[in-house]
Amino acid sequence: MKNIELLRFITAGSVDDGKSTLIGRLLHDSKSIFEDQLCAIEKTTKRRGLEGVDLSLLTDGLQAEREQGITIDVAYRYFATPKRKFIIADTPGHEQYTRNMVTGASTANLAIILIDARRGVLTQTRRHAYLASLVGIPHLVVAVNKMDLVGYSQEVFESIVKQFEEFASGLNLRNIIPIPISALAGDNVVERGSSMPWYGGETLLEVLENIEIDHDINMEDFRFPVQWVCRPQTEEWHDFRGYMGRIESGSIRIGDAVTVLPSGRTSRVRAISTFDGNLVEAVAPQSVTLLLEDEIDISRGDMIVKSENRPDLSKEFEAMLCWLSEDRLDVRRRYLIKHATKTARIIIDRIACRVNVNTLEQESGGEALSMNDIARVGFKVQHALAIDSYAKNRATGSFIVIDEATNNTVAAGMMI
Amino acid sequence: MGNLNIISRKLTHLDVLESEAIHIMREVAAECGNPALLFSGGKDSIVLLRLAEKAFRPAKFPFPLLHIDTEHNFPEVIDFRDRRASELGERLIVRSMEDSIRQNRVILKHPGQSRNAFQSVTLLDAIAEFGFDACIGGARRDEEKARAKERIFSFRDEFGQWDPKNQRPELWDLYNARVHPGENIRVFPISNWTEMDIWQYIARERLEIPGIYFAHRRQVIRRGDSLLPVSHLVWPRENEQVEELSVRFRTVGDMTCTCPVESDASTLEDIIIETATTRITERGATRMDDQTSEASMELRKKEGYF
Repeated sequence: MKNIELLRFITAGSVDDGKSTLIGRLLHDSKSIFEDQLCAIEKTTKRRGLEGVDLSLLTDGLQAEREQGITIDVAYRYFATPKRKFIIADTPGHEQYTRNMVTGASTANLAIILIDARRGVLTQTRRHAYLASLVGIPHLVVAVNKMDLVGYSQEVFESIVKQFEEFASGLNLRNIIPIPISALAGDNVVERGSSMPWYGGETLLEVLENIEIDHDINMEDFRFPVQWVCRPQTEEWHDFRGYMGRIESGSIRIGDAVTVLPSGRTSRVRAISTFDGNLVEAVAPQSVTLLLEDEIDISRGDMIVKSENRPDLSKEFEAMLCWLSEDRLDVRRRYLIKHATKTARIIIDRIACRVNVNTLEQESGGEALSMNDIARVGFKVQHALAIDSYAKNRATGSFIVIDEATNNTVAAGMMI
Repeated sequence: MGNLNIISRKLTHLDVLESEAIHIMREVAAECGNPALLFSGGKDSIVLLRLAEKAFRPAKFPFPLLHIDTEHNFPEVIDFRDRRASELGERLIVRSMEDSIRQNRVILKHPGQSRNAFQSVTLLDAIAEFGFDACIGGARRDEEKARAKERIFSFRDEFGQWDPKNQRPELWDLYNARVHPGENIRVFPISNWTEMDIWQYIARERLEIPGIYFAHRRQVIRRGDSLLPVSHLVWPRENEQVEELSVRFRTVGDMTCTCPVESDASTLEDIIIETATTRITERGATRMDDQTSEASMELRKKEGYF
């Protein structure tokens, strides 16, 4: 069987930018649409008095959304080519954009930001680019769409790219790939087309298929949050004591010296066990069971790291916080943090400043946060956490905030 | 030089999906007080069992298996279900819709009616009986558009209802499994798998599956675009002909509404090739209950369906 890689991406833009048409085009031209789906959208197109097949209907929503004129935050779609399997997090463009995009972006390797070639870089484009940089998406495709409506002009494309790059130089974006496309006509999406001979770069699908994603996970710092302690206590296995979890970053080998946080106790890796047999070494993001040479007290919520490479251990930290809930932040309420496999009480110490996502200017903190607010916030935690900066490690620098009374997830945070 | 062979092989899409699912299962075990794993004997839940082995062996599963039996199931699948559970040495709880019917909790219009929609009643009763706070299920987001918008940890209120507008944000791999008494969470570890991933994984892991997934001769009736399997529950109407064709099932469920497709695929490799070239979605081809209206699955889910 052929081994293929997995790439997760998000599409940022509104219906007006042609986002639904673009996703429809990708699915259609990569032959990921089935006849019965095509049949259904043909029928709907006809019922709405239009002709042909409106590809944007492929991403049409649920009955609840149609009835109430709302869009549910994230829909996931799947397609595959012989090279890669793709997961698209499709988020609606308008209301609650910050919340939706942060949610969809949190697991993405790549974001596609759509720009309407007739309108150029807008406030919304800046907002999307800022959020992509905040969530640390490694690769950013700037898809200048509707090139057919500007006569496939190279000058228009280049001036938009220049505008974007000027603005983006202030952001932490590692890899920006501009592509001129027409989602409606199909140019440079899957097929190259003949309308833009001046463009020598890859088509969108070629980028998705070829972009290097090996380095998207931190392979330097071994971090192993313990999920579950395995003690079968059967006759056959009565001495077995394994620490189960997923390697969030880095790699581990038999014999490596490890430290358990927060206790600081040390040992060495005796075995790396899996259902399919023992391994000599394992890498992120494998799920494994670690056995140590010494019997030490380890439970869920602890983190096993290499002794030579430890994260900070702290009861206080600062983070960029994105407020997701309709209930405003109330500093008198009790909140919990879930960080890796650890859940603990937190106090929100101070709101240092707030970011206006439209102007990217910083505003003074104030006392409350409401939905879609992004702020730099200081926290105090009940128990010390093993902290990495989000910029260095997406898996151990991220956390969610849970309202203890309602059990709702109310905020997402990225440690500084 | 010692670092040269750190990454000895590239992880494939199946490795990554598998690790994600194992991580999810362990989170359920750790965060939920009393979970259960829904096992029907169908291919998706067979994959779930293998993932549970990978997550928890050499220990036993930290949850029982639960099957909501419509008693409209294919007998081969039920035999397989019982055999697989006993091979694994895990506890299997079966709750039957017949009980719900006897207690007048489910009232059918006629005995041959599809029972898929009514599974919710029996499932919610079982959840209450055992006090389950989480049910792990084998639903996938590529199956249907209501599923495409569902979280991996999907919160249900005390009526067992899914509220698509009011889902908990789900970021990174940080799952929120907290519930109040009476509420519960449905967890879908293979949300991000497609039908193709499932078949590739079954082949890779050499998993046994019920024989009806492979091509076999079967008496069927053509009704609309579908082939209906003839059984004690389904027989020809006037003017309908019974034909014997080589068919296989892409999904297994209630015999009255699960339809086979014409096929000669007799091995997993054949099925993978067929899956790669088919032009019809899994549910489009095989589930009469999803063709009733554009929103069938969405409505069933709101009432407590998986």
